[in-house]
Amino acid sequence: MMNPIKHAPVDLSRRGFLIGTVGGGLLMGFGAVLPSGCAREELAAKNFAPTVWFELSSTGDILINIAKAEMGQHVGTALARIVADELGANWADVRINHVDSDSKWGYMVTGGSWSVFTSFTQLSQAGAAGRVTLIDAGAALLGVAADGCVARDSQVIAGDNSIAFAEIVQRGAIDRSFTADELGALPVKTPEQRDLIGKPTPQLDIPAKSTGQAEYGLDAELPGMVYARPVLPPTRYGCVVNSVDDAAATGIAGYLGYEVLSDRSETCQGWVVTYAESFVAASRAADALQVDWTAGPAVTVSEDDILAEGRALVARDDSGALLVNDGDVAQARNDAARVHEATYTTATALHFQLEPVNALAEFDGQTWHLHAGNQWQSLILPTLAKALEVAESQVVIHQYYLGGGFGRRLVGDYMVPAALLAKALGKPVKLVFTREDDTRFDCVRSPSVQRLRASFDGDKQLTGVEHAAAAGWPTLANAPGFMIDGLDDSGKIDTFSISGADHWYTLPNHRVRAINNPVAQGAFLPGWLRAVGPGWVGWAVESFMDELAAEAGVDPIEFRLNLLDAAGKNAGNAPESVGGAARLANVLRTVRDSSDWKDPLPVSEARGVAICHGQERTMPTWTGCVAHVAVDATSGEVTVKRLSLAIDCGTVVNPDGAQAQAESAALWGLSLALHENTRIVDGQVADRNLDTYTPLRMSSLPAIDVTFIDSTEFPVGMGEPPLIVVAPAIGNAVYRAIGARVRDLPIRPAQVREAMIST
Amino acid sequence: MIAFNLNGQPVTTEAEPDTPLLWVIRDEFKLKGTKFGCGIARCGACTVHLGGTAVRSCSIPVAAAAGNDITTIEGLAPGNDHPLQRAWIAEQVPACGYCQSGQIMTAASFLANNADPSDAEIVEAMDANLCRCMSYIRIKRAIKSAARILREEA
Repeated sequence: MMNPIKHAPVDLSRRGFLIGTVGGGLLMGFGAVLPSGCAREELAAKNFAPTVWFELSSTGDILINIAKAEMGQHVGTALARIVADELGANWADVRINHVDSDSKWGYMVTGGSWSVFTSFTQLSQAGAAGRVTLIDAGAALLGVAADGCVARDSQVIAGDNSIAFAEIVQRGAIDRSFTADELGALPVKTPEQRDLIGKPTPQLDIPAKSTGQAEYGLDAELPGMVYARPVLPPTRYGCVVNSVDDAAATGIAGYLGYEVLSDRSETCQGWVVTYAESFVAASRAADALQVDWTAGPAVTVSEDDILAEGRALVARDDSGALLVNDGDVAQARNDAARVHEATYTTATALHFQLEPVNALAEFDGQTWHLHAGNQWQSLILPTLAKALEVAESQVVIHQYYLGGGFGRRLVGDYMVPAALLAKALGKPVKLVFTREDDTRFDCVRSPSVQRLRASFDGDKQLTGVEHAAAAGWPTLANAPGFMIDGLDDSGKIDTFSISGADHWYTLPNHRVRAINNPVAQGAFLPGWLRAVGPGWVGWAVESFMDELAAEAGVDPIEFRLNLLDAAGKNAGNAPESVGGAARLANVLRTVRDSSDWKDPLPVSEARGVAICHGQERTMPTWTGCVAHVAVDATSGEVTVKRLSLAIDCGTVVNPDGAQAQAESAALWGLSLALHENTRIVDGQVADRNLDTYTPLRMSSLPAIDVTFIDSTEFPVGMGEPPLIVVAPAIGNAVYRAIGARVRDLPIRPAQVREAMIST
Repeated sequence: MIAFNLNGQPVTTEAEPDTPLLWVIRDEFKLKGTKFGCGIARCGACTVHLGGTAVRSCSIPVAAAAGNDITTIEGLAPGNDHPLQRAWIAEQVPACGYCQSGQIMTAASFLANNADPSDAEIVEAMDANLCRCMSYIRIKRAIKSAARILREEA
């Protein structure tokens, strides 16, 4: 699997971890090791290029810089505790700071549930290097041998003697560097030795978010700025502005004018922007503006066109690229005593992060400053530079709290119009999308179509599964360099749009084709929406697995357990997937118990099950879910009464953070399963606000119980995996409740009624 | 000119009378804790108190504030220690946090009129406040806990 961080790793070959006394404090970070070997010089000159940088002040404060976006996952708390634990810090001394996009931070992306997984080793080693250095310096000051000392509570302790980190910083002239090899050889704590990792703690960002003090992108201001709002063209691509008439806007108090954007980055194709002394004036002017466009070719495209294309694509044997090709599914089908086929769809879904996208842009004469909450600064920087016709080094993105990310802010397109208008006007611009603007040009979760075909032998044994999945691909649209090659020169694959089809069930014959849907791709900008591909792939894989269990006449949990033998490629790899499919089997058994799977239920109620491995095979978060639903056999309405989850994410670094993520992701799964969808009409999103787009509210909250498997294995991601299992668990429960199979997301009452009739 | 009390202080604004109160609070008086979410009074992120009652500031004109008391999250309690805010921290409610000012302001108005709410009453009072991070379990728990604190401190 391709992951931008793995793809653009911190190159440690020419760098080391530097620790030096600078300006009265002790700085620690990754930087170039000078021939002179002087770490202090490099640190003082800020010549370090870390994804990790922290500093101890002479008064004992420990500041840990966080290069990840805070969007509700409390990531700063989790990452800081990894460093602080190894360092031997007193947690009360620790502060965090969310940094800007300066290149010294390295590659900046927050997504994919990667943050803890991709940072854990480096943060642990950096903390260990700090500990070793402080112990050596403290031991020298105490006049004792270093090997008799420990670091704890921000002190170096030797028996009854101790010295505070603060005093070491005050008295020491520390100058030390560690090569990559030395860093790798440092002793990191065993799970039993840890003081912070795995222990509950209040999240550092929560007080500010409970008092209105947390600063989001929308809250940023600069002196002399004007407010702006985009006037969006009829389609995302290919629109041309023919004329603009602002006669109706000129009477609006505070209205200053409009600009037709010319954008070399081609992010804004046919955009007009109004600007004014207030946002209300800019917004009203945008409504009053009469713009004549030549629309792009997608102006006639509808949701049905996209789904029809998807159905045609999955029905062809030669479409798409091969992700999995084990054995010979065609032969297995020829030899089969019985075959089973099903087609699943998912509808267009919106991010609907509650803070509409916005950006504040300013040029200070040398550097462009973009103020905006964002998840993937390194992706949008080159685009901004191209749009502004400057070097990338002349653009800095300043980070804020994100009023929801969910993948929407992986795409930084919303910064471009702010920057272009600021350039045109020569003054700072605060550009805000209204909610309707935000949803119209959301990078939506593409509709998807998937066809699965299975073969059974004469003993009802499953002999093969063929899976074809067609959708718009976010990675193709936004970051094509991160696509991978399919097997056998079959073409490029957006792994984020097919991940999950390469599951951990052992199948003798298994073939997966990932297919891009060009009608979707041309109509809108496909986005990464929380859980991305596994969010729709898991719907098909786990619904189909249940259909196969029914075909075979076996209990759905027993049927799955039989396929989770942890053999061959499913045995797992160190460190991230030790145990392989056996751990998935374990969460499945766990959730069977925790959900009271076998307890009888009233008529029209049932439990359904689903499992997944999270976002990627190379970062498996072993997850199982049982949904208890009630189906109204007359109306077709589905009510979820309880969700039980069992999760093995290895070491749980930040327990209550993980619990909150599990609750949040599971409820997102429920919302996408039953409550929310839109459709593409005339090349645009049809449902643009909460009058018709209806995410889950408190009144639809089920009971939720989450069981975390006690583990000391390598920590993996928690932001998305629990989302994946909920929809198929609900669909499978509907089947067990009323005998009708639903195959389209979301599951609306009309679909349930139709499924009951056709059963 | 429109005059009203904002968090106990008399203020005046030259904004057009039909300007939504939200933008006057945020951009003129620089109180950024009140958020813009949907603009059509369906998410609740912009909730403030008008004369002690929760209202959606995105959808009422500033003229409606004339001569009235407006309270925002910043003015809810001295030292930001309203029982709801303490409960929000104790129960670790916020995720992204963007909706939480509105959740707290809605809940404060509700608890002022119902000191011992049932679960169903809490759901009824809070259902119009969207939390996109879906922190509903914790919101519910924190409101019950804040109600307990309020009763004990009464």
